[in-house]
Amino acid sequence: MAENSTHIEREVTIINSQGLHARPVMRFVDIANQFQSTVKVKKGTVSVDGKSPMEMMLLEATSGTRLQLVADGQDAAALIDALAKLVADKFHED
Amino acid sequence: MSVKRGIGVSPGVVIGRAVVLDTEETRVPKRTLPTEQLEHESQLVDRTFAAARSEVALERAAFAERAGTELADIFGFHEGWLADPKPRKEIQQLIQEKNYSAAYAISVFMRRYRRRFQEMTSPFLQERAKDILDIEKRLLRHVGAEARQDITELDEQVIVVAHDLTPSQTVMLDRTRRVLGFATDLGGATSHTAIVARGLGIPAVVGLGNLTSLVSGGDTVVIDGTHGVVAINPDASQIEAYKSQAAQQVEVQHALSELRDLPAETKDGVKVTLLGNIEFPEDVEVCLSKGAEGVGLFRSEFLFLQGGAEPSEEEQFQSYRQALELLGGRPLIIRTVDLGADKLFPGRQAEPEQNPFLGLRSIRLCLQNLPFFRAQLRAIMRASNHGNVGIMFPLITQITELRQARYMLNLVTEELEEEGYEFRYKAPVGIMVETPAAALCARELAREVDFFSIGTNDLIQYTLAVDRTNEKVATLYNGLNPAVVKLLKMVVDAAISEKIDVSMCGEMAADPICTMLLLGMGLRKFSMVSGSIPSTKRMIRSIAMTDANRVATRALQFETEREVMNYLREETRKILPDVV
Repeated sequence: MAENSTHIEREVTIINSQGLHARPVMRFVDIANQFQSTVKVKKGTVSVDGKSPMEMMLLEATSGTRLQLVADGQDAAALIDALAKLVADKFHED
Repeated sequence: MSVKRGIGVSPGVVIGRAVVLDTEETRVPKRTLPTEQLEHESQLVDRTFAAARSEVALERAAFAERAGTELADIFGFHEGWLADPKPRKEIQQLIQEKNYSAAYAISVFMRRYRRRFQEMTSPFLQERAKDILDIEKRLLRHVGAEARQDITELDEQVIVVAHDLTPSQTVMLDRTRRVLGFATDLGGATSHTAIVARGLGIPAVVGLGNLTSLVSGGDTVVIDGTHGVVAINPDASQIEAYKSQAAQQVEVQHALSELRDLPAETKDGVKVTLLGNIEFPEDVEVCLSKGAEGVGLFRSEFLFLQGGAEPSEEEQFQSYRQALELLGGRPLIIRTVDLGADKLFPGRQAEPEQNPFLGLRSIRLCLQNLPFFRAQLRAIMRASNHGNVGIMFPLITQITELRQARYMLNLVTEELEEEGYEFRYKAPVGIMVETPAAALCARELAREVDFFSIGTNDLIQYTLAVDRTNEKVATLYNGLNPAVVKLLKMVVDAAISEKIDVSMCGEMAADPICTMLLLGMGLRKFSMVSGSIPSTKRMIRSIAMTDANRVATRALQFETEREVMNYLREETRKILPDVV
């Protein structure tokens, strides 16, 4: 980890009606990839790479699912903010 | 060594290294590779993903233009998924750990991944399994395309092993001139692989079941097309034995080639015309070298099956002209596009049909796609000034179809005249007689055409209601079934009494045990794959018409195909014992 690396965790709840399907996953991954930091997305004991569409699809996060976002890196705070906003905005879906 | 038995469809023995092709829509056979090949497979995975991704990007852009970016975002997922390095890593791990081929590793990974979606509780997410399947198919297509491409770049000659080959694949492989022989899991005696292999004179065995899962790329394979046997990794002494067999066959071929400049006439001087069947203009040269006096069947649809864009009128014209010029005044019968059914219209999304052989194919397809049909007729008529061309319409089942096709031809003729083109006004027009309907109405049809060409492959399949590529019923497919023999007689009789030309361009024309029967019925023109011309000529030169007439009369009186076959075999054996 770089020197001024930060570790940030935040819980978010999926509220769009269709859940985390193909299009939301892509929006999520696209935003995550704009940042240097890594991001893990946890659902219970399952943890996936938030920058991988392949893994994100397997989360099976339907509406109401709570997810833990775990970011590490210099821009971890900005990353978490951007992702939390996307989730709260229902992925611009509904 | 292990040995597999199949159906020998093109005679001869060859020994060579195998190249195994995976095809779209088929389950990829499990295959493990030697360790030194794994790096290549890993790189193939990267290239496959890159190719699939750029293809999706193009489709997405095109779709966005038509339907807006909102809907096009669906492709965005496919594109993003393909850009993700994770799937590639997992697939490459399978290759390294289990020695899988790229294609097999992709299919294993994708199948497992897809199953995760099917197990999800949300129906909406379960549905995503379809997207995954779509991505999987795309990847497999690219990994296959890559394998096919490799073949065109090969320096050495190879034996092609495949689950099945599409007409366009067979043609593409043929053009590499590096194929020693074909062996396929599926297929029957009249499959396209068989037809093309016979035309090229290279050995082929089809209907081998699970051959693709037994052979790995690089294995030494022997194809014995004469006996329908494929041997995998034979030892040194077995290789020697096969080599001497192969040498013997070269001698026989050599003896036949000496017949090339002798006329095809019976012992008592009745003249017979032998013509070649071709797929491409370049094939004319092979035909002539085998002693053909012209081309009785130019399967023009192969110009459309080469991949890439549909040939324009101008491109078609150039192909027809090239063939005519190579023929130097000898006849060329062009069959208008015979697509549909097993051969698909490339680049055009056809709705799947319940029963494609009874569906929209051949002349029916042309009459429903008039701009397409018109372009072909224009190209043929424009070429007519460069040689002796005839036009043939396939799959005619009723006289009105013939009249519609002729009407289009007349329109085209008028157009060309107005545009100032020079062409032959009276190019002969004929039909393929390949349905029982056409055979039963042969007399009426004969009054409106200049010639008939009997297409036995379809005539047999439609008369006997047998799918010739279905191994479960393929044994019922027999041109010597009395029903077929009676129809053949009707067609030849009708042509003779209406004084029009009649030839046969199906497989039967080249079957030595049928030669006497056909001559005795009155047939004097035979069109076939060029590879069969020398042996057919030898057969004809050994027959006396008195015998042929007697044989034909007798053969028409049997009740079962078994009796007809046994009788013809016996009579043929009396004349040329070595061909039966």
